[in-house]
Amino acid sequence: MNKNIINIFNLGKVYKIGEVEVHALRSVSLSIDEGEFVAIMGASGSGKSTLMNLLGCLDKPTTGEYYLDGVNTSKLTKNQYADIRNQKIGFVFQGFNLLPRTTALENVELPLMYDRINKIKNPLERAVEALERVGLKDRIHHMPNQLSGGQQQRVAIARALVNSPSILLADEPTGNLDSKTSVEVFSVFQKLNEEGITIILVTHERDFANFAKRIVELRDGKIVRDYMISKRLNAEEELEKLKKEIVEEV
Amino acid sequence: MQLKNILKVAWKSILKSRMRSLLTALGIIIGVAAVVVMVAIGDGAQKQVEDQIASLGSNMIIIFPGSVNQGGVRGGFGSINRFTLDDVQRIKDNATLIKAVTPIVRANSQVIGGTGNWFTQVLGVSPEYPEIRSWPVASGEFFTERDVISRAKVCVLGQEVVNQLFPDDDPIGQQIRIRNVPFKVIGVLTEKGQSAMGTNSDDIILAPATTVLDRLLGGRYISFIQASAVSNDQIQQAQEQLRQIMRDAHKLTQGEEDDFTVRNQADISEAATETSRILTILLASVAGVSLVVGGIGIMNIMLVSVTERTREIGIRLSIGARASDILIQFLTEATVLSLTGGLIGILLSFAVTYILNNYTGQAALIRPEIIIMAVGFAGAIGIFFGFYPARKAANLNPIDALRYE
Ligand SMILES: Nc1ncnc2c1ncn2[C@@H]1O[C@H](COP(=O)(O)OP(=O)(O)OP(=O)(O)O)[C@@H](O)[C@H]1O
Ligand SMILES: [Mg+2]
Repeated sequence: MNKNIINIFNLGKVYKIGEVEVHALRSVSLSIDEGEFVAIMGASGSGKSTLMNLLGCLDKPTTGEYYLDGVNTSKLTKNQYADIRNQKIGFVFQGFNLLPRTTALENVELPLMYDRINKIKNPLERAVEALERVGLKDRIHHMPNQLSGGQQQRVAIARALVNSPSILLADEPTGNLDSKTSVEVFSVFQKLNEEGITIILVTHERDFANFAKRIVELRDGKIVRDYMISKRLNAEEELEKLKKEIVEEV
Repeated sequence: MQLKNILKVAWKSILKSRMRSLLTALGIIIGVAAVVVMVAIGDGAQKQVEDQIASLGSNMIIIFPGSVNQGGVRGGFGSINRFTLDDVQRIKDNATLIKAVTPIVRANSQVIGGTGNWFTQVLGVSPEYPEIRSWPVASGEFFTERDVISRAKVCVLGQEVVNQLFPDDDPIGQQIRIRNVPFKVIGVLTEKGQSAMGTNSDDIILAPATTVLDRLLGGRYISFIQASAVSNDQIQQAQEQLRQIMRDAHKLTQGEEDDFTVRNQADISEAATETSRILTILLASVAGVSLVVGGIGIMNIMLVSVTERTREIGIRLSIGARASDILIQFLTEATVLSLTGGLIGILLSFAVTYILNNYTGQAALIRPEIIIMAVGFAGAIGIFFGFYPARKAANLNPIDALRYE
């Protein structure tokens, strides 16, 4: 039995815009163990991003409780919240969110600069190593605008990894990428998951969701399905197939 | 974050928009340069005044007609008892603590002679004048007591007058005409330079007081009296003695106020340096305003920068920066910007004072304290005006900052 990492109880989030209340999440409960690979799916506006932001400690829930690594996050101060984002969470965004005019290496080093407990002694080596893990060893001195979308997203993944977080969160990480590049990025995720990293990501595409091990479906802010994938796909193999197709077309 | 990294990040983002940073810093650059140059001019002037007053001659005492209480030392008309040569004689005869005394009779005039004409200050004095002013003749000789008695039409020229009227000749033995009265030049004074009042001391002609009174002015009143105490220690006593002599001369009874004023060199230099000190403060405050305006420029740019970089702030917050990290980052940026501006301003002020001192008559003086103060002030302005934008950035919620369009 694997160690439990995420435990949420009756999590709710209400956005207030003037008089109007938007119930983005209604009483969501979920438990995720170490080593899992969860894909969150659902229609647009179903609350996927809202849930991810709460899991990533970027936002606070209106109701309910969130235990991360056994710590009740609702009791934490603003600074402790920031420290949790730094130490325990790696977040990958749809829009990459790299600092412009800053090299890949410096972008990846960034979380280590805010590492207050000095968990990592050799930031430079760690950053290089993280870039190596996502297959960008030869691009470390490139600026974001000198990289393709897929490469930028891999830099963002390296940045999320560099602090050895407990979980890797990704909100539509391939939303801005074409399908081949998306599969490449998923193969990175699969590789990292095999190395033991817990991953939760949001995707719209059923095909991509099948790269995960478990699917959680949301509708109107509630979990409507939560099941293990029976026929799991391997991104590496899919990539080979795609390459062959291209060759055959030619 | 480590200090090294904080500085690196601040410096990088300043360099990212060079032109804008430069324009922002320009306010501080000009402000600091203005403050330093203005204070340097003031300080230079003050030092000149001090030097000049010291060069007036040691132990000097001046007696003006009119009391300070009556409002003004140069009133000179109506109830005020003006001085005559008799007063000077009385001092000479009775004041044991006075080494030398001279009347001063002003008769500024157009002077003709040598190669042209020249408007200058003509003073009627006694032969003791060079001793009182510590101002000897460079060539020729000064007039004597006999010249005074005989109302001789002789004069001694300052260097500036020599330069104007006799650029090529030796003036000694030549004739000049003061208000159409011919005078014989018998001596030339040594060069003295600028006076305490900023005029050229060497632009002067000295003649016997009797001659000036009788032949040029046709009156008997002298402007004031200068005297020299026997020693510096006895200046107070000498002043008191002079006061008694003058009271007797003017037949003032007990309880009547003095109708004259006795001042020593220290009093005068105090008043003069006070004046130039006030001038310095005034100049510095005007320049200080431009420094504050520069600070507001920094605040403006930092506010724009915070808005522009909202996404960057969001990214930093999302990977675990605390609010204080963001605050420090923007505060450091503002401070580095204004400090750099301050340092450039100092360099600029060096250049400006160099030009002033070498190509104009100024003698601006940059004191090290002023540099430290100006740079410190620039830094303080950065912190002060950078704080509001920095706090605005730090208080952003990570998710709102990331969503910011
Ligand atoms: N900051 C906000 N203020 C107000 N309402 C919001 C805010 N963020 C999200 N919402 C609302 O909450 C609901 C859920 O939004 P969310 O972004 O979680 O959806 P999503 O499942 O991620 O959709 P998509 O697939 O389009 O990204 C939506 O109705 C949305 O309008
Ligand atoms: Mg979304």
